[in-house]
Amino acid sequence: MASVELQNITKRYKDLTVLDRISLTVAEGETLVLFGPSGAGKTVLLRLICGVVEPEDGRVLIGDEDMTDVEAEDRGVGMAFQNFALFPHMSAFDNIASPLEARKQTRGALKDGVEAVAKLLRIDHVLSHAPRELSNGQKQRTALARALVGSPPILLLDDPLRNVDAKLRFEMRLELPRLLADRNATVIYVTQDYKEAMALGDRIAVMSAGQIEQLGTPAEIYLKPANIEIARLFGDPTINLLDVTVRTGVHGFFAEISGVPLNLPGDVKVRDGQACVLGFRPETVSFVEAGDGHAIPVEIEAETPLNEKTVTLATTANGREILISRPAGTPGPSSGTAHIAIAPDKALLFDRESGERVGASLLSTVAEGEAA
Amino acid sequence: MEHTSTLEKVLRASALTAVVIFFMFPIFWIILMSFQTNETILRVPPSMIFEPTLSNYRGIITGQLETNAATLEINFMRNLWNSVFLSVSSVAVALALGVPAAYAFARHKFRGSEDIAFTLLSFRFAPPLLVLLPLTLYFQQIGLADTYFGLVWVYQLICLPLILWIVRGYFEDISPDIEYAYRIAGHSWFATFRKIALPLAGPGIAAAGLLAFIFAWNNFIFALVLASADKQPVTVGALAFITASGIQYGQIAAGIVLSVAPTLALALYAQRYLVEGLSLGAVKG
Repeated sequence: MASVELQNITKRYKDLTVLDRISLTVAEGETLVLFGPSGAGKTVLLRLICGVVEPEDGRVLIGDEDMTDVEAEDRGVGMAFQNFALFPHMSAFDNIASPLEARKQTRGALKDGVEAVAKLLRIDHVLSHAPRELSNGQKQRTALARALVGSPPILLLDDPLRNVDAKLRFEMRLELPRLLADRNATVIYVTQDYKEAMALGDRIAVMSAGQIEQLGTPAEIYLKPANIEIARLFGDPTINLLDVTVRTGVHGFFAEISGVPLNLPGDVKVRDGQACVLGFRPETVSFVEAGDGHAIPVEIEAETPLNEKTVTLATTANGREILISRPAGTPGPSSGTAHIAIAPDKALLFDRESGERVGASLLSTVAEGEAA
Repeated sequence: MEHTSTLEKVLRASALTAVVIFFMFPIFWIILMSFQTNETILRVPPSMIFEPTLSNYRGIITGQLETNAATLEINFMRNLWNSVFLSVSSVAVALALGVPAAYAFARHKFRGSEDIAFTLLSFRFAPPLLVLLPLTLYFQQIGLADTYFGLVWVYQLICLPLILWIVRGYFEDISPDIEYAYRIAGHSWFATFRKIALPLAGPGIAAAGLLAFIFAWNNFIFALVLASADKQPVTVGALAFITASGIQYGQIAAGIVLSVAPTLALALYAQRYLVEGLSLGAVKG
């Protein structure tokens, strides 16, 4: 096992800065997920760690040892590529065996090593096949086996589930955490799928335009996203985002949705009249009885039953769209006019101009008459 | 192509026949000529009915050229050997130099790399006569004129750019990730070049080598100017058949058949590689 530390890494291609002074520490045995849209610099960061790309500035440390100028073959990392990068002219066996070959192992040890990892990944029956004869799932497992076979202390996985079908992706999402935990390795995992990120990561680093926007546990990222962009990237259906203007009332700051006031907690750092965005996840919205003072009247537009939940699209009086998600089987209106309430402690407030989240997430609806 | 009418079939067949005749007839006629004496070749009107003779081949192989006037000594077999030796060594040298260079140009963009690559390519479209005159003078001064070494060197003008540019394309087509994967597995860059890049570019290297061989074999002007009789290849050696007592058409034909045979055999044998190799890069998605 070994830790990975990046210090002030900058990478430029011509005039384009792909990584801008990135510093990041991944502890021994930790699984860190690099998450972000394409072009964020995730893959380049991974390639810097394994040594096939050199940084313009900054240092790469593996297990407290400076590896910045060490060649890729001497860094002792294992890597699985997004496009698998199997050697097309070698059998699956030889593909998986290549890291062991480099260490000049005996033929027997080599064979044992390959077969053990192939069995673990259930590809032991296709070892004699050439890559072009393998299905996508088998290719992905072969690439994974090649990364795992030498038991490297550092494992870099570049979106390994990107190019496999949905069913296999789901299976592997369940299987991978156990597999990685058994390996005792420090894992850096790149993905664009927030579910994968949440399922696999001890911590998630959200990247955008060459910078780390937020670093935290999956729960932190989901519940307290640093900005609107991150809030939007995590969660399905996506978070509801409504433009609001903060006002000062007798009980401190409040915002209005369709004339219904929502109280903002005292520690929110906003000023009167500040343009903000109110964010609340579809599962924190519930249907309530009409006439309740907290209730916001909406018009139901459409209802989409998914397997485990039902998603309703509704619009407020001034035409703003709100998604409401509830567990499948629970009753709820499917058309006409209804009333909703937003769970007070789970809503988020962002500054509209900068997109940054402001203050705590606590919000509460105020009873009528108390406001203003 | 499932619903072709009879008319279409007939038209297609006749078009194909016309093409085949157009391209194959000269070769066919040369082969016929190589079995005739000068008299039967030159009679009017020409006829395909004649008494075949092996005298042309016998003359070429034994080196005794029988003309109307006298018997001449020619050294055609020596020329043939020169052709083989010059072409094979030129291609071997060009491969040894060009393949690593192509890899470097494909994988490493260094300052001026494009300019160097283009300069090398430009040797292909400079007229050979442009370089020949100064080259002859230099070669005489440094003692390279009329040596195999000097000829193989000059032949690099033909072979090296061809191999460099074709093979470079093949290396560029290999995903760098495949090479990265091999290096991360713990292999040096040289092992990666040998075990990954070379095998994957193999068909392209074979095709480029074959093309370079054919170009080298067909070269005429360099050897004509820079080499004397005992170092000249067949292309120049065939001039010996234009004698004082007339042009020996029968022997020229036999000489052509003999000199075309090796390249033809090689091309037929490697046809699959050639087509596969040259089209692979183009059709890959």
